[in-house]
Amino acid sequence: MDLTLKIWRQENRQAKGRFETYLVTNISPDSSFLEMLDILNQQLVDKFEMPVCFDHDCREGICGMCGLYINGRPHGPDTGVTTCQLHMRKFKDGDTITVEPWRAKPFPIIRDLVVDRSAFDKIIEAGGYVSVNTGGVPDANALPISKKDADIAMDAAACIGCGACVASCKNASAMLFVSAKVSQLSMLPQGKIEAKERVKKMVAKMDELGFGNCTNTGACEAECPKEISLSHIARMNRELYAAKIL
Amino acid sequence: MNTIFNSSVGRKLIMSLAGLFLISFLLVHLGINLLVFLESKEPFNKAAHFMGTNPVIKIMELTLFGGFLLHIIYGMIVSLQNKLARPIGYAKSNNSQQSFFSKYMFHTAVVIGIFLVLHLIDFYVKAKFIGGVPEVVYNGENYHDLATLVIARFKIGWVVWVYVAALLGLGFHLHHGFQSAFQTLGLNHPVYTPIIKGLGILYTILVTLGFMSIPVLVYFIK
Repeated sequence: MDLTLKIWRQENRQAKGRFETYLVTNISPDSSFLEMLDILNQQLVDKFEMPVCFDHDCREGICGMCGLYINGRPHGPDTGVTTCQLHMRKFKDGDTITVEPWRAKPFPIIRDLVVDRSAFDKIIEAGGYVSVNTGGVPDANALPISKKDADIAMDAAACIGCGACVASCKNASAMLFVSAKVSQLSMLPQGKIEAKERVKKMVAKMDELGFGNCTNTGACEAECPKEISLSHIARMNRELYAAKIL
Repeated sequence: MNTIFNSSVGRKLIMSLAGLFLISFLLVHLGINLLVFLESKEPFNKAAHFMGTNPVIKIMELTLFGGFLLHIIYGMIVSLQNKLARPIGYAKSNNSQQSFFSKYMFHTAVVIGIFLVLHLIDFYVKAKFIGGVPEVVYNGENYHDLATLVIARFKIGWVVWVYVAALLGLGFHLHHGFQSAFQTLGLNHPVYTPIIKGLGILYTILVTLGFMSIPVLVYFIK
């Protein structure tokens, strides 16, 4: 496959960025999107040019590091996958592909396509944990949890914190991420104890960091590589009302 | 109650509660308006008189203005914050699968806002403040003949067009707003949410076509 790439280049946090156009040729449709970028970078290095910086780590769809806004969609044209699991067969020979970093005020660009997502860490630090020593692995049936609740908590816990929800949201809202992190703990007995304080602190931190407001457009749910459900946002709202009003 | 209304979720709570209140108001408004199609003008004029004079309705009227104001002011705050949350936009427009009408809530709100002012000037301000509305007598009592005023207004072609266009904006706004309000309130359920969405579409079609029928049918048949 021969492709034209329009990639966002930005030297540092302060620099004014711009799009650069690159050509890559002879790309296998079976290579992943990140492998295609590796090939581009090798070309650039061979020409003594600066390679394109992009985030990646595990390359098996579970770490949440990769995140590119490809042709108007976070993680590109496939659904339910991260950029590293996106393959070039999803594109056509001769395509022009626009690659941009996540865009949100709380996610400043560090360089090129690398974005500072430590805002998410700050939200977790605000309350996304259980602050009791739980000891070793508990006995299997010592603490009965219904299958339904366990499933909901597990679905929420699938969030890898990549930030695609923020990137896809027209309001740059982090509600899907925060609600997944609230739900994964509040559905379980260990997390219930601090549920009220947790939801208050995490929402307050989310607001403080400058994320937008949720308008229920559903773009986050559609773009989430782990297909986290909007129902978690409703649960978080319920919990916040209960914590603040009741 | 400490600071719930200072949080992003609290602001949306106000938006949704005020929105649902306005949604219920539209039903009452439509119900009374449809009386204009009756042979006699008396029921419409009497209903309008009741709505204009009853003390309970007067209190509800103030609540309604409050509801509108809250919905508009908080809508502006929320929209502004949302713009600020992404100072630099994407070059390639957002192709994410999102509900279509949800992207244009602010635009349709502006259309509805402008229409609201025109609409209030058209009837409410005339009847309440300016005067000059013809009067009729039923059983020895004086009533504003608003039915005649409405019919005269909708005999003008461009007025009908303005109303139809604005109501289309209202329909788009309601299509997303109805079900969105329930989600914001935290009411999301695998069984009931699809029903709420279905009801929302039914309500939207009913209210939009219902209101549209008044200028259009008055223009052609009254």
